[in-house]
Amino acid sequence: MSKQTKTLNLNFGPQHPAAHGVLRLILELDGEVVEKADPHIGLLHRGTEKLIENKTYSQAIPYFDRLDYVAPMNQEHAFALAIEKILDIEVPIRGQYIRVIFCEIGRILSHILNITTQALDVGALTPSLWGFEEREKLMEFYERVSGSRLHANYFRPGGVHQDLPRGLDADILKFCNEFPKIIDDLETLLTDNRIFKQRNVDIGIVSKDDALDYSFSGVMMRGSGVPWDLRKSQPYDCYEQLSFKVPIGKNGDCYDRYLCRVEEMRESIKIIKQCLEQLPKGPVKSQDNKITPPPKKEIKESMEALIHHFKLFTEGYRVKKDEIYTAVEAPKGEFGVYLISDGSSKPYKCKIRAPGFSHLQAMDYLIKGHMLADVPAVLGSLDIVFGEIDR
Amino acid sequence: MLNNLDLEKKINSELNTKVSSSKIVHETLNVSIEKDDLKEVLLFLKSNHEMKFKQLIDITAVDYPNKKNRFRMIYLLLSHEFNKRIIIDFPLNENEKVFSITGIFPSANWMEREVFDMYGIDFQDHPDLRRILTDYEFEGYPLRKDFPITGHKEVRYSEEKKKVIYEPVKLEQDYRNFDYNSPWQGTEYIKEIKKNNE
Repeated sequence: MSKQTKTLNLNFGPQHPAAHGVLRLILELDGEVVEKADPHIGLLHRGTEKLIENKTYSQAIPYFDRLDYVAPMNQEHAFALAIEKILDIEVPIRGQYIRVIFCEIGRILSHILNITTQALDVGALTPSLWGFEEREKLMEFYERVSGSRLHANYFRPGGVHQDLPRGLDADILKFCNEFPKIIDDLETLLTDNRIFKQRNVDIGIVSKDDALDYSFSGVMMRGSGVPWDLRKSQPYDCYEQLSFKVPIGKNGDCYDRYLCRVEEMRESIKIIKQCLEQLPKGPVKSQDNKITPPPKKEIKESMEALIHHFKLFTEGYRVKKDEIYTAVEAPKGEFGVYLISDGSSKPYKCKIRAPGFSHLQAMDYLIKGHMLADVPAVLGSLDIVFGEIDR
Repeated sequence: MLNNLDLEKKINSELNTKVSSSKIVHETLNVSIEKDDLKEVLLFLKSNHEMKFKQLIDITAVDYPNKKNRFRMIYLLLSHEFNKRIIIDFPLNENEKVFSITGIFPSANWMEREVFDMYGIDFQDHPDLRRILTDYEFEGYPLRKDFPITGHKEVRYSEEKKKVIYEPVKLEQDYRNFDYNSPWQGTEYIKEIKKNNE
């Protein structure tokens, strides 16, 4: 008599706390072993690329905040860099430093969220409570500089919208001095924690070659031992002047990726400190009033400034016919913008390359042969945010 | 390590019949090819020991409704070893199929599904060509230039039927596309209304 077995289909999500947003995952199970995973995405699809085609360049920036909404400014950065390269604008040094400071704050914001929610997925509650307190402080810095905690709309082609308010640099420095202690605390809860290790070590192993084949980037790739960081290999803004290390994993499992993220937060703190030390004086955005609006005071006095202001906020600036791909090292990996301009004030096409898209694609490869309980652990370490995957 | 100029020469000499044009823009090499040579060109770029473009960054298409060949496919590759990017593109007619490259780069799977979903471009030999970002049973191809930004259908929960239903889009106000080029003459849509009334 032969034993009959049947696979079980399980629908995971879209409303599931461990799905990190609206992910619908169709799992094929043999007992408790996952045989196939088919992610259904697009439940948060808002047509960002289509909307951007119908807006002027400056109206398009807020859409980038809404992609990876846990590290908004890193996305704006890629778009701003693309336009700057086409228009050939020089960003003042102070503007570059401020952008780097806020990009690294974004990286810490994203990594705190990922580490603590990954811990939450495998059963640890306390890290998220401690971590979110720190995120709140960082979002306060966002608010003080741009007026909003999440959707900042702060970076502009040519620099940033406005200078740091008085006292903010001192407060960021104070945070930088205190934060390593918090990372230590988080590590005492997780790094040597028996349960955390049991759930993450040797789970979701990615080999070097597969990391390349599946278009991985960022921590997903560095965790597997590929030394690749766009901040080092294709530096943008003032990253060349800063010294920092790129942490590399050894085994390519969920635990190594967690360790990489922890180390990256420490490096980010170093970068912010260096920036604050070196922060030069001067303008924060390009002085070319064809691209950046003149100061409000001038508008009241000068006819030319008034015309510039009017033209910028009605028609917008025109970008000459060109095509460009620019990428930045966002917290989740390589975030790229492929911009096609046609000489008008609206982009002809703007393709957004989201790192999470290719990471989630590999879900089937990562989870095959693992237990059902490993699904949240692997999902957690992929660091997916649906804003950027679904666009 | 090859610089961009040498890379351009090398690619032109090795693939001479397959390259229709090449240029260096913004420090990145752009190579235009023919549709049918796609697989061979990508395999060559991936395996050549002086290039090693081992990672596919993205696949996308552009819609030019007025051109003879309506679409243009774009492939972005990255070589980690030599820190180089390359952009491959080719024109494509509306009813032509593209060879799927999932056999060369597994990550092309979802990227091609996205292009299919957004532009309606068909991929030959793709293992699983379904829509990816849009709703189940969605109709039309959103990123084509002739697809209206407001879409065709809207959804709501119907209290009578006790389920979510689809209806044609009804907006209180039409979508207004301000062109701003000459504010004192009125925008295009007002001109159109005037013309229709006359």
